[in-house]
Amino acid sequence: MEWYLPLAWGLIIGAAVAMYVVLDGFDLGIGILFPFTKNEHERDQMMNTVAPFWDGNETWLVLGGGGLWVAFPKAYAVVMPALYLPVIVMLLALIFRGVSFEFRWVAKPNKGVWNVAFAGGSIVAAFCQGLILGGLLQGIDAQVVPGRGVQFAGGALDWLTPFSLLCGVGVTLGYALLGATWLNMKTDGEVARRSRAQAVPLLAATLVAMALVSLWTPFAIDRIWERWFSWPNIGLLWPIPLVTAAVAWGVWKGLENEREIGPFLGSIALFFLGFLGLAISIWPYLVPPTLTFWDAAAAPASQIFMAAGTIVLFPIIIGYTVFVYWLFRGKVREGEGYH
Amino acid sequence: MDFDATFLARLQFAFTVSFHIVFPAFSIGTSAYIATLLLLWSKTGAERYHRLARFWTKIFAVSFAMGVVSGIVLSYQFGTNWSRFSEVVGNVIGPLIGYEVLTAFFLEATFLGIMLFGWTRVPSWLHVTSACVVAVGTAISGFWILSANSWMHTPAGFEMKDGVAHPVDWLQIIFNPSFPYRFTHMMIAAYLTTAVVVLAVGARYLLANKFGEDARTMVRMAVGMIVVVAPLQAFVGDAHGLNTLEHQPAKIAAMEGHWDGSEPVALSLFGWPNAATERTDFELAIPNLSSLILTHHWDGKIKGLKDFPREDRPPLLAPYFGFRIMVAIGMLFIATGVVGAWLLWKRRLWEARWFLWPASLMWPLGFVAILSGWITTEVGRQPWVVHGVLRTADAVSPISFTSVAISLALFVVVYCVVFSMGVFYVNRLINRGPDATVTAPPRHGQPSRPLSAAGETMEAVLDGGALEGTR
Repeated sequence: MEWYLPLAWGLIIGAAVAMYVVLDGFDLGIGILFPFTKNEHERDQMMNTVAPFWDGNETWLVLGGGGLWVAFPKAYAVVMPALYLPVIVMLLALIFRGVSFEFRWVAKPNKGVWNVAFAGGSIVAAFCQGLILGGLLQGIDAQVVPGRGVQFAGGALDWLTPFSLLCGVGVTLGYALLGATWLNMKTDGEVARRSRAQAVPLLAATLVAMALVSLWTPFAIDRIWERWFSWPNIGLLWPIPLVTAAVAWGVWKGLENEREIGPFLGSIALFFLGFLGLAISIWPYLVPPTLTFWDAAAAPASQIFMAAGTIVLFPIIIGYTVFVYWLFRGKVREGEGYH
Repeated sequence: MDFDATFLARLQFAFTVSFHIVFPAFSIGTSAYIATLLLLWSKTGAERYHRLARFWTKIFAVSFAMGVVSGIVLSYQFGTNWSRFSEVVGNVIGPLIGYEVLTAFFLEATFLGIMLFGWTRVPSWLHVTSACVVAVGTAISGFWILSANSWMHTPAGFEMKDGVAHPVDWLQIIFNPSFPYRFTHMMIAAYLTTAVVVLAVGARYLLANKFGEDARTMVRMAVGMIVVVAPLQAFVGDAHGLNTLEHQPAKIAAMEGHWDGSEPVALSLFGWPNAATERTDFELAIPNLSSLILTHHWDGKIKGLKDFPREDRPPLLAPYFGFRIMVAIGMLFIATGVVGAWLLWKRRLWEARWFLWPASLMWPLGFVAILSGWITTEVGRQPWVVHGVLRTADAVSPISFTSVAISLALFVVVYCVVFSMGVFYVNRLINRGPDATVTAPPRHGQPSRPLSAAGETMEAVLDGGALEGTR
């Protein structure tokens, strides 16, 4: 039990983060694509495709942060101080972006400020999430302090490296890809056409970023090299990049043939594959290179108490989330909105 | 008080949580009000209830968005600024927050989509149900967060192992000694505050001779709520105070400005508690009255501040003045409710401008009372972050003064800009008032197609104008 619990919680947190990345990913992506149209009606249309969902999407971020605290308090207590500035800036960016959904309508006809807030907030939040990812992957300087356990022992700007900046750019491009394929699915007319055109270069750029991160980490960190390129691991893991390439090809073909759902689902699959790759690299650490999932785990009694509720509530949450997406299914056309 | 990273971290948390609490408090109340209006509409079919529900939903949407984004900040600040707190009590408090996310946040956020955008897109019963689900969700959220907060005041059901709290009995943790009082007190505060806002808006329209029928409905409902809930709040608040006296006597001593435990407690109306000289300067007080309130004996004794070592005393000014401001506003609300109800009964309320004018200005007072009460109880818990378990100074993250200072400055700037715009926009929505151009959808059955209710105004729909009104 003491061995399986942290593992189960690792999976739950992983699922929550993956849900967040996909769901808020396309919705941040729309903000990232906002500056690329000048037409206010089209902006309305873009925003309306996510207006009923964004609150729920963002709740997964609270679950990711809150869940990390519940299940792995020691990791939470090391990661948050270490990535202090990117986390805080991300939160501030999300404020600007989140309030824009409502403020922009009330501010009519002076939407300009909130267009900038929505786009800027989305871009900065996405970039910061990439910085956080990069900062975690490259490892956090944590040491045992007598009487206090493992504590963050680095500087305020340790996270700032070329690698974390690369991750920041990669995540931003990837979210834009999700946003473009979402718009391709949920709109028609000019917005859908432009989104398809944007999605192709975004797909290429996302793949380049994924490839760079995939090559950078094993060369920089021996542990990750060992994981991927030692026998028998390489024999088991080689399909992952291959499947990624195949999915990317499928997305590209789908966009070329003006398919609606395929490219979006394919982009999500790309994210899941990237996520899987990162999980393989980071394993068994939650905070590399010091805290494993087991080192950081909460008291078993706490993990069990929370797991009991999660097992019951997770399917319910997924159920009504799907229900709301189903209610607001179909295309959002120009000039048509819920506001 | 040392001006160090700990102090800045406290200031930052106080700032972000104070900004945040205004919105959920208002959301708890508004969502319940909207659900009530929609239920009344589905029962009576009266158009005005539907119109008012649409109007308040617009305001609710703006407030809810501000609550969501300022709340996400808090769930991360436990880690960024208070990592030792997260570690030492994470096993106990973490799951309470976790359950809040799973049972409340998802529920609210998801059904909010239907509530805001489903007016004509889903059958009425589903829309009304969604509004009720959101209202219940906000209350569930209050349940968990106040349970977690109460545990920090009156920790129970745990044991310390290697300097870390471990859960022993979850029921004792969730229903810790101060929780029932704090939860009731806070929920009533949220409903009362919202009722006062509704009253102020209605009074404002009556004074301006606008939206007559809607304004009268609002004022009637608000006065009815206030006259019941405001006295109830005084009663609950008193019980909460007695509970605090039992578990956190130093806080009560600070609130009362009471120094000498061998003396009966006077009811201090005004004064300036002076930590250096250990007395309350310029004091105006009614002898023995607080003894009567707190112990139900004329000569009853409670511990004074001098009975606690200096390092265990809370700061004095914030609890002392916070408490007085809160109580004064509470008294004013009781009076407002009673006078308003009397005028209503005498059928003189709609002409009583001497009542409507001050009432129209009262909207911020509930929030001021909530914040004052909040400051009283939180500062009164100092120097502990978890009473008797963990001192605030031992709870902070190992981060630099500069990092905290920079982030604090960013928070202040961003919050002031964003949230003053929010208040400005809410005010704009209130100025526009309820929209009479849209009619309610059929109470039963499915609208024939999306947006069909706006059918008569299809031209306006096409240029996007009336759509805003369907919200």
